[in-house]
Amino acid sequence: MDNNREFLMRRLHSLLGVIPIGLFLTQHLIVNHFATQGVEAFNQAAHFMANLPFVIFLEIFVIYLPLMYHAFYGLYIAFTAKNNPGHYSYMRNMLFVAQRYTGVFLVVFIAWHIFETRFQVAIGAGEADFNMMENILSNPLMFAFYVVGVLSATFHFANGLWSFFVTWGITVSAKAQRYSTYFTLLVFIVLSIIGIRALFAFV
Amino acid sequence: MGEAAKTVIFEIERQNSTDESSYWEKFELPYRANMNVISALMEIRRNPVNMDGKKTTPVNWDMNCLEEVCGACSMVINGKARQSCTALVDQLEQPIRLQPMRTFPVVRDLIVDRSRMFDSLKKVKAWVPIDGTHDLGEGPRMPERKRQWAYELSKCMTCGVCLEACPNVNDKSDFIGAAPLSQVRLMNAHPTGAMNRDERLNAIMGEGGLADCGNSQNCVESCPKGIPLTTSIAALNRDVSIQMFRNFFGSDQSFFVSAENTQAWLKQMSFAPVFAILTK
Repeated sequence: MDNNREFLMRRLHSLLGVIPIGLFLTQHLIVNHFATQGVEAFNQAAHFMANLPFVIFLEIFVIYLPLMYHAFYGLYIAFTAKNNPGHYSYMRNMLFVAQRYTGVFLVVFIAWHIFETRFQVAIGAGEADFNMMENILSNPLMFAFYVVGVLSATFHFANGLWSFFVTWGITVSAKAQRYSTYFTLLVFIVLSIIGIRALFAFV
Repeated sequence: MGEAAKTVIFEIERQNSTDESSYWEKFELPYRANMNVISALMEIRRNPVNMDGKKTTPVNWDMNCLEEVCGACSMVINGKARQSCTALVDQLEQPIRLQPMRTFPVVRDLIVDRSRMFDSLKKVKAWVPIDGTHDLGEGPRMPERKRQWAYELSKCMTCGVCLEACPNVNDKSDFIGAAPLSQVRLMNAHPTGAMNRDERLNAIMGEGGLADCGNSQNCVESCPKGIPLTTSIAALNRDVSIQMFRNFFGSDQSFFVSAENTQAWLKQMSFAPVFAILTK
């Protein structure tokens, strides 16, 4: 019983990916979607989120700590795999490889995204509003970076949700896992549309 | 088929011993109808001359049953791990590339040492303990339908193909792979084996156990016996999810969580003489 630390760390990694990080991602993308209703609607929503009571504690315990654990332990997991999509090009193996590539990319993307937005607000160099995102996304390279970032995040979450159901023993049979694939594919498509629509609203 | 001079070309990754580096050698053999990789290797052994016309050492490989039930002749054929006895030359793209399963230490040429799989089976207690100090009598009966279902899991021949195909079984990780995990499900399904269910579940919650699975599902795609390995893994995931809470909150089904507990229990129940024998 003293040697199951790895087991608990893996389970924690799987849990945190969905609760709270997956939920936060969904909420974040939905709030972003206010941008499609105009500058005023977005700013109002951003203002509401930024002024939630105990917001700093919410950020630390719901976002920063789980996200950091998931990112760093995830890097360890990604780099202990020996990807073999060439000879074993089955769908699940391709998704396995994609999960690792998007994960590593997301560490970079999210670090940059936080630095560019939340960190700038923290040091008083800007305000998290429509304007800020409009400025960032006016650069076509940055826009492309954000599109790839959003798609990586929605893919990583949807595919991670599929693994979550397996890891916790919810989807056991091959049939359950197949239906779970359809369901998580739907999650990926819906969240991607919401996320990308919001990005296009800024340009 | 009618051509008289039809030949088959083999490219074989060879290695003289575990520590030496590998090299490739090509062979061209006369084609014979219905030949498989083993019969080709036998032909090379009979006449060990490579494509350059030079005499070389015969290629070493392992084999036993020749009907895909022993697992000994497993190797990587055209990039995929499988048994060479059922690899028919007619169904393979040429040149046919043979490589050892490098997940395991290479003994020589295509022979690998699969001991780690047997060590894993020991680690997860993949057996049904029936020994006692007296006749324990008959165990509970297994329902026939369950026996038929369990038979599918018992087809595992420890060939190592699922480990070779798994991206998470490698030299950077301790992951034991799908085969020994599925055996835990088999042993736990047995009515007598179920008496030690929690011991096995706790074993696979340890280092290199169940949690290291990354769900690439290459194992189930590659298994030559068609064992539902990923279903086994998911079923065990459910079992350990429950076991985890039993261990933490306490349960009558989580007593033997470690050898220390077992020994403490034996002491406590004043089985001191038995304890002395056990720990000798």
